[in-house]
Amino acid sequence: MNGWTALDRFLRTDPRDVGCAEAMELLHVYAELAAAGAPAAERYPGIAAHLAACGPCGEDFDGLLAAVRSPAE
Amino acid sequence: MAPADPTADGISPAPRFDPDSDQWVRVLSGSGPQREAALARLHGLLLRIASGELQRRGGQFRITGPELDDLAYQAAADALLAIVVKLSQFRGESKFTTWAYKFVIFEVSAKIGRHFWNNPAVRMDAEDWERLPDRLGLDPARETERRELAGEVRRAVDEHLTPRQRQVFVAIVLNGVPMDALVTELGSSRNAIYKTMFDARSKLRDVLAAKGYLNVQTSRHS
Repeated sequence: MNGWTALDRFLRTDPRDVGCAEAMELLHVYAELAAAGAPAAERYPGIAAHLAACGPCGEDFDGLLAAVRSPAE
Repeated sequence: MAPADPTADGISPAPRFDPDSDQWVRVLSGSGPQREAALARLHGLLLRIASGELQRRGGQFRITGPELDDLAYQAAADALLAIVVKLSQFRGESKFTTWAYKFVIFEVSAKIGRHFWNNPAVRMDAEDWERLPDRLGLDPARETERRELAGEVRRAVDEHLTPRQRQVFVAIVLNGVPMDALVTELGSSRNAIYKTMFDARSKLRDVLAAKGYLNVQTSRHS
């Protein structure tokens, strides 16, 4: 991959991206669907697009998914 | 496991949520020792999740030992407070515990972001454009391309971004300031910083595509 292709990828934005506020608002719903193996990304494509592009929200999603999957108390 | 239900022996309305979630909400909405016990149990759960999350993110910061425990404790305590305040906003779209865990995960993120400024490896006012190719993972051997790319991006940033977009772009892309740390520094929100960066990326892409550096077709295909 040359430099311009890398830059192109970095600058590319997805119009479906809902932004942090909406993704954070529904993150518990999305994570529970994902943990259950349900097609969360198909149901919430705007959140899936955001989590793919936003490092901090993606990190929160990974953390919540790990929490949901962790053994109960 | 949900806390003991104080209304278990009485006549109670049909639950709005799954049984465990309903029990959590009933007890936390009540008062007395059962509520206190539920708060203590919830705090214990949140502390466990906070500790696990801090361990999972261990590579992102240099915090260990008692300071790490303290951060987990603060995250759990602040999340518990937020959950109590926002309890009426729980709509049963997920299990209560999943909803509650979300708060503690957000608290962990915010605290790591604030902790960044205790010992920052970068300065907000630094602006080293020679870093850009490395930040984008470009091959060090392609020196001409690296120089041209950095120069064109800098020109586009200088000529087309607003002062705020420029500030956010430089902090995140050139200086590598984590977004949550920038949120703290600018007294902003993650959503606002992300939107600023989103708009900046989109604008730069349009400018560079118009100059022929990026493929116009792929530029428009998002």
